[in-house]
Amino acid sequence: MAMDLKDWFSNRRKRRERENLVPKQPLSNEEYCALWKQCFQCREMLYARDLRHNLHVCPKCQYHFRIGAEERIEQIADPDSFVEIDQKMDSADPLEFVDTDAYSKRQKQAQKKSGLYEAVLTGTCRINGHDAALGVMDFAFFGGSMGSVVGEKVTRLIEKAIEEHIPLIIVSSSGGARMQEGILSLMQLAKTSSALKDLSDAGLLYISILSEPTFGGVTASFAMLGDIIIAERGARVGFAGRRVIEQTIRQKLPADFQTAEYLLKHGQVDMVLDRLQIKETLANMIQFHQPLVEDPNRAFSKNGRSKVGSRTKK
Amino acid sequence: MAENKPIPLEFEKPLEVLSEQITRLEQQLVSHPELEADIEKLQEQYSKLKKSLYSNLKSIDHLAIARHPQRPYTRDYLERWDPNWLELHGDRKGSDDQAMVCGLVRFDDELRCLVVGTQKGRDLRAKQRCNFGMPQPEGYRKALRLFHHAEKFGIPIVTLIDTPGAYPGLEAEEHNQAQAIAVNLLELSGLTVPVISVVTGEGGSGGALAIGVTNRILMLEHSVYSVISPEGCASILWRSSEKVLEAAEAMRITAREILALGVIDGVIEEPLGGAHHDMDMAAANVKAALTRELKSLLALSPAEIRKDRQNKYRKIGAFVEAN
Ligand SMILES: [Zn+2]
Repeated sequence: MAMDLKDWFSNRRKRRERENLVPKQPLSNEEYCALWKQCFQCREMLYARDLRHNLHVCPKCQYHFRIGAEERIEQIADPDSFVEIDQKMDSADPLEFVDTDAYSKRQKQAQKKSGLYEAVLTGTCRINGHDAALGVMDFAFFGGSMGSVVGEKVTRLIEKAIEEHIPLIIVSSSGGARMQEGILSLMQLAKTSSALKDLSDAGLLYISILSEPTFGGVTASFAMLGDIIIAERGARVGFAGRRVIEQTIRQKLPADFQTAEYLLKHGQVDMVLDRLQIKETLANMIQFHQPLVEDPNRAFSKNGRSKVGSRTKK
Repeated sequence: MAENKPIPLEFEKPLEVLSEQITRLEQQLVSHPELEADIEKLQEQYSKLKKSLYSNLKSIDHLAIARHPQRPYTRDYLERWDPNWLELHGDRKGSDDQAMVCGLVRFDDELRCLVVGTQKGRDLRAKQRCNFGMPQPEGYRKALRLFHHAEKFGIPIVTLIDTPGAYPGLEAEEHNQAQAIAVNLLELSGLTVPVISVVTGEGGSGGALAIGVTNRILMLEHSVYSVISPEGCASILWRSSEKVLEAAEAMRITAREILALGVIDGVIEEPLGGAHHDMDMAAANVKAALTRELKSLLALSPAEIRKDRQNKYRKIGAFVEAN
């Protein structure tokens, strides 16, 4: 990433100030552009370009840095294969919601700050040559919360997968339903799950990837409905947040509560993967689920053509 | 009779004062017959005040009525609809969640249905047994088992929603509360029998929706339905637990507001002051609405019934697309 020398110095100054004042504070988004980055876990200073090449996983301690939707797509999709759909969709602010500030104003601020239109990017891509529908949530936009736009985009993505008869992959990262759209947000859980019922009936594969963090309404709808569910190393996933549970039951929760490993232990996910394993595993899994012989009795075989997995292009 | 007397809510206090005045005067009536005119005047005032009070309720007042400790619960409706209703228990996997009540009900000779509803519990022991109306994952899986039962035998389904939400606990997370809810959303979408939900009290977020993906959604006049409790919303967005009133208004949680948003299909009238003032009447009103809706849905084919339900949710959302 190109950068002015001036910016570099100003970033370094900011970073140093931050380190001196609040040494354990996670770095902000703008600092991602900085040349050097300190690992939150082992405190190692890492060269940003190396870190990026290592998919934002610390090479020393395997700490997984939180990444945005665009970077995630780069990591999963074959180069230049991602074709975005429904790019510009805005919430209509149906409740004209105001708390200490107006929701419409907060939306614009979030768009400016994150460079994103909304909390999910959707489209089609190839993964090691296999066609797939891919949706990736971004926690940087309104905590990845699901309102009307996220619900509609995810639903259209599912419909696209059905229409093109390709597998579906969604990478979740969300604090839950978006409160500012009230009951309409809640109903997006039903809308997305209902579309997944059609996808399932069409015999198509859906792989759900849970990344740090995934909670509330997103977990309680499409994130937990994968045929295969993968938790990324370092992810915390649950229905209710840790604080809410502690307040309710008035007892301390185990240290590993709601971690990826905890989910695996309790039978909630198929596997926990390091970020570096995800793309290969996805491609492998898509390939595995393609039928070996054409079977006219399967629900997904339409017009005498079975293509449950995907068409493979080289 | 005394124990059934409605407990007044905070906003009903002026009414209570007036009512006590009337009672006092009535006790003196035998020795002072000239008081009769005064009593009549007060009674007139009382009914005027009552009408104006209940026609100008704030969101927070509806919330208080929806949470009233004497509010009719699922079992109260079931007993009134069909004294011979048959309760069905258990998820067949090791648990029978008392917060979720399921049973076979005959409305009349021609109309039968499966009723699935959350149950809050009346006295302390019952409340604890029902976990204050907050189902565990096992409760949602019990409901799902019976949804499939109804589907198999072509029996229409009615769900009654009155829950603060799905239980946020350690075991609930271990047993995958999120997945239990998500699977119900997906499976309800695919049913080919008519399904109708009625929010009878509190519609608490995902824990309510898990039995609420239905062809028709009805709400009782004073019931509420929201994505998060007003208390939770206030503490997150306002960072103050004292802003419950503001949060309740901003989220539009009342039956009339949600009807205006196009999410629900109808509002069922309650006896003046709320369903707890006359449970029989409330139960009769709900039954009448359900009978009407079920009969119209039963005219559709199984495939049309599923499509009708999926179309309903497909349309919900408010967004604008730029080019
Ligand atoms: Zn490290």
